[in-house]
Amino acid sequence: MSDLTHLTISEARAKLRGKEISAAEITEAYLAAIERANPVLNAYVTVTADKARDMAKASDAKLAKGEGGALEGIPLGIKDLFATEGIHTQACSHVLDGFEPRYESTVTSNLWADGAVMLGKLNMDEFAMGSSNETSYYGPVINPWRRSRVDTVVMPTTHQGDGGFVSAGGTKTARTLDNAQLVPGGSSGGSASSVAAFLCAGATATDTGGSIRQPAAFTGTVGIKPTYGRCSRRGIVAFASSLDQAGPIARDVRDAAILLKSMASVDPKDTTSVDRPVPDYEAAIGKPIKGMKVGIPKEYRVDGMPEDIEALWQKGIAWLKDAGAEIVDISLPHTKYALPAYYIVAPAEASSNLARYDGVRYGLRVPGKDIIDMYEKTRAAGFGREVKRRIMIGTYVLSAGYYDAYYLQAQKVRTLIKRDFENVFAAGVDVILTPATPSAAFGIADEDMASDPVKMYLNDIFTVTVNMAGLPGISVPAGLDGKGLPLGLQLIGRPFDEETLFQTANVIEQAAGKFQPEKWW
Amino acid sequence: MSVDLQTVKRVAHLARIAVSEEDAERMTGELNAILGFVEQLNEVDVTGVEPMTSVTPMEMKKRQDAVTDGNKAADIVANAPATDENFFLVPKVVE
Repeated sequence: MSDLTHLTISEARAKLRGKEISAAEITEAYLAAIERANPVLNAYVTVTADKARDMAKASDAKLAKGEGGALEGIPLGIKDLFATEGIHTQACSHVLDGFEPRYESTVTSNLWADGAVMLGKLNMDEFAMGSSNETSYYGPVINPWRRSRVDTVVMPTTHQGDGGFVSAGGTKTARTLDNAQLVPGGSSGGSASSVAAFLCAGATATDTGGSIRQPAAFTGTVGIKPTYGRCSRRGIVAFASSLDQAGPIARDVRDAAILLKSMASVDPKDTTSVDRPVPDYEAAIGKPIKGMKVGIPKEYRVDGMPEDIEALWQKGIAWLKDAGAEIVDISLPHTKYALPAYYIVAPAEASSNLARYDGVRYGLRVPGKDIIDMYEKTRAAGFGREVKRRIMIGTYVLSAGYYDAYYLQAQKVRTLIKRDFENVFAAGVDVILTPATPSAAFGIADEDMASDPVKMYLNDIFTVTVNMAGLPGISVPAGLDGKGLPLGLQLIGRPFDEETLFQTANVIEQAAGKFQPEKWW
Repeated sequence: MSVDLQTVKRVAHLARIAVSEEDAERMTGELNAILGFVEQLNEVDVTGVEPMTSVTPMEMKKRQDAVTDGNKAADIVANAPATDENFFLVPKVVE
């Protein structure tokens, strides 16, 4: 029997419904894979094996009666940012030590209602702040992808003295995996790594500035951040409330569409959840894109971008053109201001949201001589460096005398960023094609990034505009770089037009093929 | 604009994060790097531009003013580090 963990969600769904496999079997296959791989990859911070077995058993009972939801018996991993009742939910922070919520997030409730099976909670950057999964209290996640070296091996040449013959020494190439460990991206690094390494069929993730799309690009997986308001934020630990959105990371475009359909809903418990019915995203896959207008923004061609990424972008343009799309050059003039504006708006909202971690209601408490001392010691011990940095920036830009200069200015620039997109869509552009990231996955403990926080922030340069404008964006794997690492392309759509993203991403996937890492773990 | 050591300590206190002298010094450098990076926003002409308050045009949802939830005191204090009969315990705040 072939490895059950290598089935896509759509394949597993068909086999489960056809009773060729059981939910118990596929769940056991994933639990065994996690047990083997997790000590190396560190993708899961908690494995809920008993719960997974119980859920699988319930799914099998439903499937036996020909019943069951859209995800009946499909084993998923859940980012540690989602509240799961009675189960470890700590946003991978020390400050939430021991927190086990008494309620379930809306997104995960929707998944369980559709029959999905929970395998456990996935590692992430602390409070979703990071682009490498290295800020987690639980340590970094390892990317299942490694660089490979292509060696040209020269066949031996033999000389046989003067007047002798010289044998024709040919060459052959051999690919060798490098030992250096790479980051899976972040903040949804556990989600991306576990999907790429076949440790779950799909995973939930969240994206505030690129936290779904950047790790998806780094691991050869598909990640979609839907329009702001499409998935309920109820029960998702808040980072920057005007930017946070949940979405899936999956092995292909169809699986991402299946997962988003279940995750999205209209939720009276989230006032920013939008009152629009959730369409059948899967139905968009396979529809032709003939006549579609694809915008190519000139501002996404940045200095120092590797040639591999420029070449990949050109390939993407060619694929869409071949499929009948019309390619148009567009301009989004305020693009370069999105990242600096984000680093005011997001920390400002974070400093406010993270004020709740005070050592009183949940999580860690470090005693002090009075209540203020207790707050200060608790927060000093509970938050990691990156989180403190962002709280400090946020507190500073919101403090008296600086609010107008920083926060108000950033919110005005945000209006202009959104207007850039509105103008382009009003001119008839249906979808925008860009690279997903300015580089491939980098090494764990990269010295450049560690010495300058802004260098790490630049990872989100192509993704953050989408959050600032509240738009949907998908990252789809499109090729490998010269070192054999996956690279992604990003498609950006009109508000609530995720269907066009799935439709177009599928064309790229068909042309590029799928990518999976060589197993070393 | 840039911050000095005194400002960093003041902001840390506003944010209720205890910082050592060494932390504060390191943070001063890091914060100034980030503030230097965001400085470029000042180049943008924002005359007549409204600050964004909502990324999607939507009206605030309202609900019936009725009790829909409650009687969960035990759930609410379940994760607290120190409680007594459904009260959160904190160090003495009133002399």
